[in-house]
Amino acid sequence: MSDGQIKVAYWPGCVSRGFTPELHGSMAIVAEKLGIELLELDRANCCGAGVIAEHNQELADTLNARTFALAQQTGLSMMNICSTCQGAQSECQQRLDADSSYRAHINEVLSGQGLAYEKGKDGFTNKNFLWLLVEDYGLDRLAEQVKRPLSGLRVGPFYGCYVVRPKERLGYDEFPDRDIYLEKVIEALGGQVVEYDGARKCCGFPVITMNRDTSLRQAGTHVGDAIDAGADCLVTPCPLCHLNLDMQQPEAAKVVNRDLGLAVLHLPQLVGLALGAEPKQLGMSKHIASTKWVEERLAAVPA
Amino acid sequence: MATYTLKVRRFQPESGEGPYWEEFKVELDPSLSVLDGLLQAKDRDDGSLSVRCSCRAAICGSCGMKINGQSGLGCKTQVGEAQELAEKKASVSPSANGDTPPIVIEPMGNMPVVKDLVTDMESTHWKKIRRVTPWLLPHGEAPEREYVVEPESMIDITQSMACIQCGACVSSCLSMEADPDFIGPAALAKAYRFVGDPRDAETKERLHDLAEDPHGIYDCTHCFSCIDACPKGVAPMDQIMRLRRKAGEEGIEDPNSGHHHELAFAQIIEKKGTLDEVALPKESFAFGIKGKLKPSKRAIKEVLGALPTIFRTIKTGKVRSKWIAPHHKLPGGAQDDVKAIYKHAEEHREEFNLYIKGEDEDFVEPEPDEMTEEAITAEAATAAESEES
Repeated sequence: MSDGQIKVAYWPGCVSRGFTPELHGSMAIVAEKLGIELLELDRANCCGAGVIAEHNQELADTLNARTFALAQQTGLSMMNICSTCQGAQSECQQRLDADSSYRAHINEVLSGQGLAYEKGKDGFTNKNFLWLLVEDYGLDRLAEQVKRPLSGLRVGPFYGCYVVRPKERLGYDEFPDRDIYLEKVIEALGGQVVEYDGARKCCGFPVITMNRDTSLRQAGTHVGDAIDAGADCLVTPCPLCHLNLDMQQPEAAKVVNRDLGLAVLHLPQLVGLALGAEPKQLGMSKHIASTKWVEERLAAVPA
Repeated sequence: MATYTLKVRRFQPESGEGPYWEEFKVELDPSLSVLDGLLQAKDRDDGSLSVRCSCRAAICGSCGMKINGQSGLGCKTQVGEAQELAEKKASVSPSANGDTPPIVIEPMGNMPVVKDLVTDMESTHWKKIRRVTPWLLPHGEAPEREYVVEPESMIDITQSMACIQCGACVSSCLSMEADPDFIGPAALAKAYRFVGDPRDAETKERLHDLAEDPHGIYDCTHCFSCIDACPKGVAPMDQIMRLRRKAGEEGIEDPNSGHHHELAFAQIIEKKGTLDEVALPKESFAFGIKGKLKPSKRAIKEVLGALPTIFRTIKTGKVRSKWIAPHHKLPGGAQDDVKAIYKHAEEHREEFNLYIKGEDEDFVEPEPDEMTEEAITAEAATAAESEES
């Protein structure tokens, strides 16, 4: 935690500029309110989401080494807003960091582009916004910024597999509480944590095109469990989870054969609401599952 | 010595009652195992408490169970660690009442419970293992003595050979939770053990079998649960991804469009740098359309199935202009850099396996007292140089 200015090389990912534009927009609003300076890596490429690694591991490693190298050129550490980017990039970074000759092999092609990925250069790290918020910004400092406490709002955390597992790859040795940060953030914003079975399970998105039934059964089950536990909404740091939990929610409802209808917020949206931003500004009207109920509950608390 | 409360999910079929929770107080050193705690409870409190175990040293794979919701071996989980995890979970739980929380112990998931912590391994685990033909299929005449292979050619499968058949990965599998027919992590890791074996002559047939089963390699949802559950570092999900890579290299068409999805994804990034989500589903299914001149039944079904979702996204303005969202393009020359990376990587296709290679020690900084005089002088010189520049 620090009181100082935070400036990061910002990788927004693909989905936040595609099917979840509200995530990209709300991150910009929240960063400004928190005083986090974002230097967007607009030349960087897709992380591969694990799919490119499955196709050709070296290709995924090189593509992400390029992104890291672009970030390192700025002298800043990297921040992402997608659990899947975090996991896919951490996987490649682990291999790149493990072996200097492998790194040299990958850097061969990057050197032609005036780039190089150097292990640990200037203390380089790549953190999801959730991690940065807790570890670098600080929960006390966050709580001080709250203008509209989320009093009485019952929020179910939904992490996304890629920031939870595998522990050994994702820095849990150093930061063992990374799998309870969402709960801590919800509390810091004045909200109420809802405990339900699916918080650290899979949303099913990776198999949506390959096995629609398995995929939507997972999403539908978790949304249903959260509703049964009394949640007003879910919050997730992963836009891919958001696609399955929100965009596909009406289809998931058919697969699990029950009514759903639960708002799913991106992490910056939840933070933004507590910092006093308006739901519309945060793009909440773009969601498929209505966020009206969340807005009504918060309207009772003046911003 | 410390006191722990073990909250065990019990089930006694002969009683005719459903499962129930029972708490046992045990006293043992924090470095001892959860299994040691259970055996103490069985010894001192209730002899009917049932748990399967044998070696108590993470070799036999008998004592798979869920501890605080995590699948693993009872004998490989220290009771002190389990208590810390229980307390961590309670620290953010709205239902916690401030008391010291118990260590919660349940039978493995995704399989029927026989009694207490004893699960039926036959109906799921072993059945699925047999499904992948877990024996060698060599061609030609058998050699007079053993098959002789270069030791190096076996290194690739050592990781999958480390499996002790405990079922912890099956217990943790989130795909199997939604689709019980999924072949699953243990069996697919076992399948890779034979696919990668240089003595096996039916590699292609095996890959076809595993890819063409709709509940095969393309049914894995990539959740990493099996990697964290495995007590032996087998990383079953990594083996599944290897199987996909090999099936893809063979160009095997699968009913889940998994191979096409992978190809479409890789090609979109080569062309556009970032993911175009409108193009991805279209191209994942359209390969069938272009290749065969007429779309497969599944492609038609999937595209029709996606229509309501597409209409909803247009209605809320999620997808901005019509149904083709403006796609983020990499600025000036960056796309050429991405293409150069593709060219390089498709030429080499190097696979770096951490399990086999381990981490090198290039980054281990020497302790100050171990530094030689030369090293100290060299470091000072570098520091002076960088100050000058």
